[in-house]
Amino acid sequence: MNTATVTKPAETGAPVVRRRARSRRHMLGRIGLYALAILITLFMLLPIYLIAVSAFSPQAKIYTFPKALIPHRSDLSTATFSFFIHSTGVPQSVRNSIVVGLGTLLLSTLIGAPAGLALARFFFRGRGAFQLFILSTRAFPGVILAIPLVVTFIRWNLYDKLLGVILVHTAFTLPTTILVMSSIFVSIPRDLEEAALTLGCTPFAAFWRIMLPLSLPGMAAVAIFTFVASWNEVFAATILTVKNRTLPAQVLASLNSSQLPYKFAGGFALVIPSLVFIFFMRRYLFNMWGRVVR
Amino acid sequence: MRDQVAAGERAIAAPARRARRARKGGTTTAPYLLLVPAALFLAIFFVWPMVQALLLSVRGEHGGFTTANFHRMTGDTYFWPAVRYTLLFIVVILPCQLALALAMALLLQADLKGKGFFLYIWAIPLAISDLASGIVWLAIFSPNGFLNSILHGLGLEENPFPFLTLEHPVSRFLCIVIAETWRATSLVMIILLAGIQVIPKDYAEAAEVFGATAWQRLRYVTLPLLRPSLQVALILRTLAAFQVFAIILALVGRTVPVLAEEAYNWSAVLTNNYIAAAYAVVILVVSIAVTIVYLRALRVRDEQQGL
Amino acid sequence: MAEINIQTVRKTFIGSKQPAVNDIDLTVANSEFMVLLGPSGCGKTTLLRMIAGLEYPDSGSILIGGRDVTDLPPRSRGIAMVFQSYAVFPHMTVYDNIAFGLRMHHASKSEISRKVERAADLLQLTPYLKRFSAQLSGGQRQRVAVARAIVMEPSVLLMDEPLSNLDALLRLNFRSELKKLVQEIKTTTIYVTHDQVEALSLGDRIAVMRDGEIVQCGTPMEIYSNPATEFIGGFIGNPPMNFLHGLLQRQNGRARVTVGDHVLEAPTTLAAHDGATVIVGIRAENIQAALQSVPDALAARAEVIEPVGSHMLITAVVGDQRVKVLTRADFPVETNGSLWLQPEWDKLRWFDPETHREIAAK
Ligand SMILES: Nc1ncnc2c1ncn2[C@@H]1O[C@H](COP(=O)(O)OP(=O)(O)O)[C@@H](O)[C@H]1O
Ligand SMILES: [Mg+2]
Repeated sequence: MNTATVTKPAETGAPVVRRRARSRRHMLGRIGLYALAILITLFMLLPIYLIAVSAFSPQAKIYTFPKALIPHRSDLSTATFSFFIHSTGVPQSVRNSIVVGLGTLLLSTLIGAPAGLALARFFFRGRGAFQLFILSTRAFPGVILAIPLVVTFIRWNLYDKLLGVILVHTAFTLPTTILVMSSIFVSIPRDLEEAALTLGCTPFAAFWRIMLPLSLPGMAAVAIFTFVASWNEVFAATILTVKNRTLPAQVLASLNSSQLPYKFAGGFALVIPSLVFIFFMRRYLFNMWGRVVR
Repeated sequence: MRDQVAAGERAIAAPARRARRARKGGTTTAPYLLLVPAALFLAIFFVWPMVQALLLSVRGEHGGFTTANFHRMTGDTYFWPAVRYTLLFIVVILPCQLALALAMALLLQADLKGKGFFLYIWAIPLAISDLASGIVWLAIFSPNGFLNSILHGLGLEENPFPFLTLEHPVSRFLCIVIAETWRATSLVMIILLAGIQVIPKDYAEAAEVFGATAWQRLRYVTLPLLRPSLQVALILRTLAAFQVFAIILALVGRTVPVLAEEAYNWSAVLTNNYIAAAYAVVILVVSIAVTIVYLRALRVRDEQQGL
Repeated sequence: MAEINIQTVRKTFIGSKQPAVNDIDLTVANSEFMVLLGPSGCGKTTLLRMIAGLEYPDSGSILIGGRDVTDLPPRSRGIAMVFQSYAVFPHMTVYDNIAFGLRMHHASKSEISRKVERAADLLQLTPYLKRFSAQLSGGQRQRVAVARAIVMEPSVLLMDEPLSNLDALLRLNFRSELKKLVQEIKTTTIYVTHDQVEALSLGDRIAVMRDGEIVQCGTPMEIYSNPATEFIGGFIGNPPMNFLHGLLQRQNGRARVTVGDHVLEAPTTLAAHDGATVIVGIRAENIQAALQSVPDALAARAEVIEPVGSHMLITAVVGDQRVKVLTRADFPVETNGSLWLQPEWDKLRWFDPETHREIAAK
């Protein structure tokens, strides 16, 4: 112990200098990291800002060159956006998108939650096979589903019907819903349910009073995810409809014939739910996507 | 005597045991009942369409089996360019996404102030569709768009540069790469973040104690431990890349064909679902092949790692 | 209040060859506090869960208060259970947690509030009734779990290692509190633990389990002083019972066991085992240690000396075997000093090295 205190001063001279050099390098490194982070933030944020500016510029301004990055107050107007919103087919398509999104959300949850529960709470023959099947659906591109369904839906009178789009969107989202639901249910300790059983609950009551309330936040997250997935889906929605377009289908189908103001306003309208989604989901982002991936 | 007693007990116990068997039956049917709707739904709206797509692609318009659809598809002027572009995009965009996403994930792990804010902003493109993303970047890359305005403002360019036209295939291609990287990197970042968070801090700390530099820690500790997540991201993004088309359609129209875009075009515009199904089958086969190749390659490496 | 009869109950989990619970018979008397004690994985939880109705036996039956409940669901058994993980519902306040069972049984509002308040009072939870689980400490959560069970006034109270997740001091305090509480409410209780101290201090009787079977069932004192097998002697008590190997020989109709250079007198009933190796079991506190040579004592060397406060724990070497001895705290022995050990002859226990069972009673 004595020797340690004696030798210390003799040795520290060099490390102090080195440490100072190191901390300076460390400082520079930190500044570099912040600079990088801010750069990435600009890359992620700027396009959103610019589409918003475009959507709220008067139509004439959209064709002018050069444009100002920060438009003057007088150069902002809702005219373009309101022109888009009132174009033929658009109000209807927004309504359709909401109906399809909600329908998909409902159907997907109603079918997916029980399946998730089965995977999470029961051991049964074929469990592994079903799980593998659900996982393997990822390898099958959803794009393929829609094409043969055009033929089938015409036969079933589901072509150009919102229900048809809901069914296809549910087929897209269901595997994910099942997997996420199952991991939500797995994360709720079994003890809680069993405690409820010993306290007088039937199995259904135990589910209703314990499992369901505890899984509600997670379920809400899945529901929002499902809605956005449906809102964003464009391939099936376009080829399965003619008149009953969803918003992205409407925008996609009129890409060739539409003017820039229409496109920009449409693009911004498509982006809005994503912003809302991320805002509400930021708490769940890690968990949800972490789960979706596994 | 003892046997008799035992037999008697068995007789008495029989009804109870029967009841028990019934109960057991009850617990084993419950999961199946819960699964039936999902299984049925996926059978009808997932498995069956897959089979249908295969059938459709080998059906003639007037019935019978034929390879005519595939011949017509491969003979189409857009087919080989579509194959080429699809693969080219994957080869160029995936590394960009992985590198950027890795940087973002590591930055978020670096204990920066305001990292919650960074995460929030960086996650925004997560929920943006490829169509919306295409339009967003159209506002930037179009001739009167913001990029040209900025270049003009900086005095680098007098007249607007037509980034997206046929005469400039490289800039056109790069615009699509940037737009798609912007949209899909967030997804990769979240996958990697989920992976990074599972890695115990001890490893990196231990490495630091042994004097590893930041770069060495990343190269020899974090990256190897992150490999499963990188692999997952790689597979998922590759599969997704086969389906992207609206972003390209929005930016440059059909001048840059990709497979999904051709499938869409044949089905929605030309209303020929046979050819569209042939394209779908190509996408399906390539997707499955890629998945298998990835899984194979990665499994072999896992074994090597184990040794 | 009810008696519990467990009749040749067996349970084998799917995918495992050994039964987790192997034809167990056990009767717990009305108002008795029965402890299931055994190393982890021996099937205690499985047995308890079958009594609760959370698991169903492959064969055998379970009777509570004379009623066959083998196939009844948990809610129809009149039981209440305290889980190892507490299982306090995180989305309910402490009050709602305690009231949960009563509500499920459609008790009236006034009855609920009266009973909840009383249970909360008993477990000193009154200040926390409005809190949620996340706002409670581990000890408080445990109290909620117990309150939630006793408020049901069950005929049988089941507890699965309720103290194992608490830190040492809390565990000690809550243990005595739990004992007082259960004595007051006089509910038939089955308490699972792997901690022998807990078992000895709490149980009216202890059933020691191993590999899915009950190897001995008796009062704590019986189990402590007359372990039926070498395993029980080694499992119960701290330090565990000493075991010395020796050769048994018959001399003039008397049985003698040679341990090292020494000869121990054995009960004459053992004389039949002439020529056999036997294991002598003796508890550390039943050995008198002396610093001077004593006739008939075993010569030993003090290898390790550990003061444990109230006593001194000596690890002594006898021949090539080790013996733990408890002496007064001020026993003046030195490391590697000589010792003479004198077992209390009536406290010697004899085990068969093949079966590990006790050979004969004293
Ligand atoms: N649900 C189950 N599935 C399969 N095996 C189990 C299950 N529960 C317990 N076991 C096995 O049964 C044996 C007894 O377990 P348990 O009753 O939990 O032991 P204890 O509570 O005494 O520690 C152990 O070997 C355990 O692995
Ligand atoms: Mg246990």
